[in-house]
Amino acid sequence: MDANVRELSYAQAIQEAMAIAMEQDERVFLMGEDIGVYGGAFQVTGDLVHRFGEDRVMDTPISELGGAGVAVGAALTGMRPIFEFQFSDFATLAMEQIVNQAAKIRYMLGGNVSVPLVMRFPAGSGTGAAAQHSQSLEAWLAHVPGLKVVQPSTPHDAKGLLLAAVADPDPVMIFEHKLLYKMKGPVPEGYYTVPIGKAETRRQGRDLTIVATAIMVHKSLDAAAQLAEEGIDVEVIDLRSLRPMDTPAIIESVKKTSRLLCVYEGVKTLGIGAEVSAAIAESEAFDYLDAPVMRLGGAESPLPYNPDLEKAAVPQVPDIVAAARKLVRKEA
Amino acid sequence: MAQSTTNKAAASAHAANLPDIYRRLSADDLREALRKMHLIRRFEESAEESYMRGLIHGTMHLSIGQEASAVGICMPLSDADYITSTHRGHGHCIGKGAEVKKMLAEFFGKEDGYCRGRGGSMHIADVSKGNLGANGIVGGGIPIAVGAALSMKKQGKDSVVVSFFGDGANNEGAFHEALNMAAVWKLPVVFVCENNGYGMSTSTKRSTAVPNIADRASAYAMPGVIVDGNNFAEVAAASFEACDRARRGEGPTLIESKTYRIRGHSRSDRNRYRTKEEIESWQARDPIGIFEKELTDLGLITPEEIEKVRAEVEVEIAEGLEFAKASPSPSPSDVTRYVYTD
Ligand SMILES: Cc1ncc(C[n+]2csc(CCOP(=O)(O)OP(=O)(O)O)c2C)c(N)n1
Ligand SMILES: [Mg+2]
Repeated sequence: MDANVRELSYAQAIQEAMAIAMEQDERVFLMGEDIGVYGGAFQVTGDLVHRFGEDRVMDTPISELGGAGVAVGAALTGMRPIFEFQFSDFATLAMEQIVNQAAKIRYMLGGNVSVPLVMRFPAGSGTGAAAQHSQSLEAWLAHVPGLKVVQPSTPHDAKGLLLAAVADPDPVMIFEHKLLYKMKGPVPEGYYTVPIGKAETRRQGRDLTIVATAIMVHKSLDAAAQLAEEGIDVEVIDLRSLRPMDTPAIIESVKKTSRLLCVYEGVKTLGIGAEVSAAIAESEAFDYLDAPVMRLGGAESPLPYNPDLEKAAVPQVPDIVAAARKLVRKEA
Repeated sequence: MAQSTTNKAAASAHAANLPDIYRRLSADDLREALRKMHLIRRFEESAEESYMRGLIHGTMHLSIGQEASAVGICMPLSDADYITSTHRGHGHCIGKGAEVKKMLAEFFGKEDGYCRGRGGSMHIADVSKGNLGANGIVGGGIPIAVGAALSMKKQGKDSVVVSFFGDGANNEGAFHEALNMAAVWKLPVVFVCENNGYGMSTSTKRSTAVPNIADRASAYAMPGVIVDGNNFAEVAAASFEACDRARRGEGPTLIESKTYRIRGHSRSDRNRYRTKEEIESWQARDPIGIFEKELTDLGLITPEEIEKVRAEVEVEIAEGLEFAKASPSPSPSDVTRYVYTD
């Protein structure tokens, strides 16, 4: 490991990115519910308030719609707010400001302004918090032109994408999987960015392309390790960015492997998988396919409380292994 | 008109008890305010006519009858101050200093419009003058105004932000969340509810639990002020006071400007929810007429000067219409331009 690379958790990496952003640029400040002395519901802001003060790490009232609008207004007039939703589910209360305002103001005003706003959304299931605290709504926002939507899967990318988001002149929505917050990984010190709109190949393979997002990247890598023992050589692409989506990377990979499986935690239908599949169906890679495209996504239900049901509601490693076998060996 | 009443003796007698606001504003300021009120009126009448002739599509919300409110509120504002506006925002836009030719070009959907033809009436904005935009979402601009005020405070600027909205908007959650935050953080923002009696067809009586919107200010520990929205002097005085307070760092004010929209809600309104008598009673209280009478009575303007203002406005509108018609349309190939910053 390089001297300037340490092991940090995903949450620590995000915190470090926010600290660097605030040190570098006076316009950057944080807003959210209980992000000050409490440190944030997932301890992502942690002790930043002690370092930067209450003016730059601002606790808001429990007012998601109003708070989001305040962030939009501040971004429009010279500031660079980073707004934390306590849970991504609560973004539903702020959809007005995100979808009708932040995403569209630049366009509606004929390009005369931009909205340099970053929003962070702790998302995903696996915490036993049930239906209103476990959703993966990233595809909702990815459907909206004017927004950029990213989903880092590693501490390295969580830091680099956040710094890229702060530097971006347009609104960037960052979906952070709650189960990843404690995951550790190598993170370089200092400032660096990970480009928005670029996928990353996490594992090279010849037999099957798995396109995955967030925690499903790790599950897919676990599945790939098992499948390797059976002689199935899987390529795993971490999508990282939903809008803009790196379709060239998917197309190139599928041209090599001739098979595509898309794995994501959001509800299966009308989601990320549909878009990834269509990207192949509409491209020259379609002619290379040796098997139907397949999706593994969240169940067509709200997220349940019971732990066994909760696991059953989202793709797990054995599901990915079984799907891969089916595609590669045409097993039933 | 009240020209006949302006004999010099009467004028100086009135001048002795000139309202404070008329001492604060110069004769030029007052003439400019009257010009803007006429400009708004004639702008909207011309836009309406162009619409009927099929030159403008979509819909629009006219503020005829509410001109004193828009112009009076904007009196203390400079280009460094911001406003957020509403679907009924033509008056606010002109009040904040926009050029009618670029507004008309926008209505005609042209490249020379303020929003390059992408926004239309409902998103009209002249950002260079501090207008952050009309809004198609009822209440949408209120939290944004609070954010702009937070931004000014953080940047140590002396600017204030005015958020215009209607009586209907005061029942949106955004209104309540925004007022609360502005008060908690003592931000330099002035909330201006233009209460024209109705949100589309629904009267405030049927929609709002308190008799006055201003009553809601007490829930957010800020002053709530009621003004006659058809009386320029009253509106301007309240706006100066609220803006001064905001600039002193004492926090927000809620002004309720009681007024009336003479036209229907939008192009599709059949006026089934109000009586002809009600409309006529408000037409008799036309804000432009009231302002002109007061200015002449006080000897602050002559009938000849008023005629000159009207003539100037006619020229500006006619030139604006020509400009708008001559401006090029956007190219269909540019449909996705301006979604993101290049
Ligand atoms: C969130 C939202 N709900 C409903 C509408 C449809 N709508 C447009 S204007 C309007 C009435 C608004 O009333 P008010 O706030 O009093 O403003 P006014 O039209 O009287 O100026 C309605 C219901 C909308 N544009 N946005
Ligand atoms: Mg109304």
